[in-house]
Amino acid sequence: MDFSKEKGEFYNNLTKTIRRHIVKMTNHAGSGHPGGSLSATELMSVLFFEHMNVDPDNPDWQDRDCFFLSKGHCTPVFYSVLAEKGFFPVEELMTFRDVDGRLHGHPCGEHIPGVDISSGSLGQGLSVANGVGLIAKLDGSNRRSYCMIGDGELQEGQVWEAAMTTAHYNLDNVCAIIDWNKIQLDDFVENVKGVKNLGDKFRAFGWHVVEIDGHDIHAVNEAYKEAKRTKGRPTAILAHTVKGKGVSFMEDTHDWHGMAPNDEQLEIALKELA
Amino acid sequence: MANQEAPRKGFADALIRLGEKHDNLVVLDADCAKSNMTNLYKNRFPERFFNIGISECDLVGTAAGMAVAGKVPFANAYANFLTGRAFDQMRISVCYSNNNVKIVGHNAGTSAAQEGATHLPLEDISLMRSLPRMTVIVPADAVEMEKAVEAAYYHEGPIYLRVGKLPVPIVTKKEEPFKIGKAIKYREGSDITIISTGIMLDESLKAAGELEKQGVSAELLHIHTIKPIDKEAIIASAAKTKHVITVEEHSIIGGLGSAVAEVLSENQPAKLRRIGTNDRFGVSGKMDELLDLFELRAHRIISTANELLGHRVTS
Repeated sequence: MDFSKEKGEFYNNLTKTIRRHIVKMTNHAGSGHPGGSLSATELMSVLFFEHMNVDPDNPDWQDRDCFFLSKGHCTPVFYSVLAEKGFFPVEELMTFRDVDGRLHGHPCGEHIPGVDISSGSLGQGLSVANGVGLIAKLDGSNRRSYCMIGDGELQEGQVWEAAMTTAHYNLDNVCAIIDWNKIQLDDFVENVKGVKNLGDKFRAFGWHVVEIDGHDIHAVNEAYKEAKRTKGRPTAILAHTVKGKGVSFMEDTHDWHGMAPNDEQLEIALKELA
Repeated sequence: MANQEAPRKGFADALIRLGEKHDNLVVLDADCAKSNMTNLYKNRFPERFFNIGISECDLVGTAAGMAVAGKVPFANAYANFLTGRAFDQMRISVCYSNNNVKIVGHNAGTSAAQEGATHLPLEDISLMRSLPRMTVIVPADAVEMEKAVEAAYYHEGPIYLRVGKLPVPIVTKKEEPFKIGKAIKYREGSDITIISTGIMLDESLKAAGELEKQGVSAELLHIHTIKPIDKEAIIASAAKTKHVITVEEHSIIGGLGSAVAEVLSENQPAKLRRIGTNDRFGVSGKMDELLDLFELRAHRIISTANELLGHRVTS
């Protein structure tokens, strides 16, 4: 079911705001990862504003839902969503990557409210998500555990070790979100080491698979609902996205995987995101 | 012959005792539960045991998640695979994230014996010592192991605990207090300081006794915590004796010998010799044969002491 008109409007505004943060933060820092942040914007926004059971005023609350950004370089979108959700002031976003700030290039779980683990070494998030999922089952808690993984990141072997664990323990409280933007640092994923037949791969590992357009807020919302409804096995949301989505010159190129816009480029980007 | 016990048995006993008291203690293994004796915990608390399969990286990551969820996980695997393969998971998901995970490296040193080089961890202490926030504990025998497991549970933060497989002599005493980071002085002496870790305490005690008969007064410090190391005890002893020998069932690169060298060279320069394995891999053999081959024996400590002190040695 689609969001109401008002809700749809809310998310259109929110995702635009977050995309503006992303380009401004990376411009401020002179470095960072806009491409994979812009591709994950709808996935992260709908997750945190619609589904995650968290309390920004009490970020370490024991029974909270957990989120693990396995593609740890996409802090611009992660920090922006956390700030908009109220975990820390929006103004702090403009300290991104500053030496005297806490919003490091890759997230530090110890210091930033809402960040449940440090990440930045690819492949580690799903194992951690499973740890929370296993303990939730042990404790009889309804908390859920989410993990966002990049498509290039699926080349890391630990992801598949973990995918076996999730399925083996029937962790239906774990949801993996694959930001399938088709591009990694060097090139298109299919040119580097392809991840074809991704749905079949996850299904073969014992997962329930939902394949969606990751920029369609209604489809994203329905996918999270389906993951919650699915019992007895974990759900992987395979979200087709566009790397650099929303900024014309950043779209569908690996050039903007890890590069910041200069002032001129920022101006163009902000116009497009107005 | 002294009473012997496998350190892993002391580990398993302590774990179960703690498990009885504390609901939040969970145990994970990587398909070595029988060998690591974590199956004893599994039998007692099946719901609090998780076999993650042959995947050390996933094991450590899962343990980190359990710590995020408020538990105190003990993640077990063979030390060589665990510290080698899952180093990065310990670095990011455990130490950098400051998660309260206890990493237990089994088959310490030569104790996998005939399995050969692939299974003999002689570099694990070196790897673990380099990780910020990691505490590194290497107990001497099954009795000290029990105390170390208890201390590890109550310590808030990441720990690496090294556990041996095969029976070794019991040389420590139950009533002796155990404090993380605090060396234990087994003998007072004035001519030379022997610093041992792990099961090398046994050979070091023998060597110190023999040296005394030869008229050499040896002080013996047992370092069960390699990080943070007890600098004060090392400096005080070296200031007195000016001669130091380190003894470890591990490479001389990066382990106890290196840690002591760092302390001495910056604070109390002394003549130093490191006894351990010399930048080499292991081979297949009975544990006794391996200890002979690597010369991790009292006779080598004695000859090294005499050489260091400039004594003429008659063989």
